[in-house]
Amino acid sequence: MPGDPLFNNGLNLAVALIVIIKAIIVFVVVLVSVLFMVMFERKVIGHMQNRIGPNRAGPFGSLQSLADGTKLFFKEALLPAKADKRIYRLAPILAVVPAFLVFSIVPIGGTITIAHHVTRLQLVDPPWGILFMLMLSSIAVYGVMLAGWSSGSKYPLLGAVRASAQMISYEAAMGLSIAAVVVLSGSLHTSAIASGQHGLLHFRNHTVPLPAWNLFRTWVVPFIIFMIAVTAEMHRPPFDLVEAEEEIAGGFNAEYSSLGFALFYLAEFMNVVTMSGVTVTLFLGGPDGPRILGHSVGPFWFVLKLFAFLYTYVWLRATLPRFRYDQLMDLGWKRLIPASLGMLLFVAAVRTGSRGWVIGVMVGLVVGAIALMRALSVGARTTEVEAASIARAGRRA
Amino acid sequence: MSSFLRSYLTVAIFAGAAVVLVVLMLGLGSLLRPTRPQAQKYIAYESGVDPVGEGWSQSQIRYYVFALLFVMFDVETVFILPWAVRVKVLGSYGLIEATAFIVILALGLLYAWRKGVLRWV
Repeated sequence: MPGDPLFNNGLNLAVALIVIIKAIIVFVVVLVSVLFMVMFERKVIGHMQNRIGPNRAGPFGSLQSLADGTKLFFKEALLPAKADKRIYRLAPILAVVPAFLVFSIVPIGGTITIAHHVTRLQLVDPPWGILFMLMLSSIAVYGVMLAGWSSGSKYPLLGAVRASAQMISYEAAMGLSIAAVVVLSGSLHTSAIASGQHGLLHFRNHTVPLPAWNLFRTWVVPFIIFMIAVTAEMHRPPFDLVEAEEEIAGGFNAEYSSLGFALFYLAEFMNVVTMSGVTVTLFLGGPDGPRILGHSVGPFWFVLKLFAFLYTYVWLRATLPRFRYDQLMDLGWKRLIPASLGMLLFVAAVRTGSRGWVIGVMVGLVVGAIALMRALSVGARTTEVEAASIARAGRRA
Repeated sequence: MSSFLRSYLTVAIFAGAAVVLVVLMLGLGSLLRPTRPQAQKYIAYESGVDPVGEGWSQSQIRYYVFALLFVMFDVETVFILPWAVRVKVLGSYGLIEATAFIVILALGLLYAWRKGVLRWV
């Protein structure tokens, strides 16, 4: 049954205590994983670029992020003269708080029993689970936008307008690829989405030797779209036009110093961790994995998959060059959104179970794609003809 | 209070705790860090030279057009998700309805595409 069984019987002190303990654990896990992620990223990138990376603070440089944070604590905070003061102070909070909250819906295991109370290994399991994550990623746009706008300076403003267009463009594709997952799970509960991926994959009454993860059940394409959209949403490379150092000097956070800057940094790395967790939940079965020595070790498998994604994001940063802005917009609007719409219909047709509809939708998609190309190529030809006639007119004149 | 509302309450408390934590951090920081005011420190950053003109300059209209287009697709997602949850129950009836809805919106995107709105010059 979806929902947290903790709340089924009345609300008493023990239940409240368990909720508080879980909240503290989530806070600690998120903060520690961010400190770890910063160090991990710098270390891995260092090795990928044939350097050593940080190795002075603590054993193997493991305390480097703690040292950086402490340093930023003692730095002078400058409030630019032209800044809109209230919004300038509000923006870092708007960036960090959503990043914190996303992790509260990520299931990292099944259920456990504390003092005769059965509870899930996640802070909350609301009926609006995955919508909550979409909502928070929309709020995160405000953090970046308001930071850039309120600084009263040109580089941050450029970063902010880039951020607003980029993040909302990819949010549409992200929402549609999540819808493909929701079609299969039939529920918005994150726990139901995770638990619906147990066992082996079935395809037309055959068992395929693959896990029944949504990655395979949605025919892989929504996963790829989701990964790209999430990377753009977090403005990580290769989609880091929002804070492109070489072009706009750090972008939206250029006027921030001291803790304000630290909070944006924190939010960025927190997003990497939490969005990796969401990706694992949606597409890779969450805590699903084989039992070890007869025990089900959900959290272990969850963390293992999480690491794979954290490494992937660092890897992307080390290998891919930044997109040009028009390429970014083309990818988002002309490739990802049509593809995710088509995949959503296809997955839904497969889910309704009748073969006629699957064939119908596939034929419809192919015809639609051909019609689309035809419609666009007609447009392109007209402009070519026009350009040629303009050129001829120019020569005659 | 139902389980539904308790989930809301838990999230609200968690959000409150996150806000308090961040504000506490900022407050502690403002107590610890030095303050040595100097007029030049508060000038907008423009790679070292004195800032030219106003900080809030005009930006390209295209960003705004994309934001308008996004509203269309975000609203679409809002309408699609309830159907997505009930696909199995609604069956082929729901599929036809959703396909009609998606096709109409896709036509909207195609119109914008042909109009050259999606072209970033």
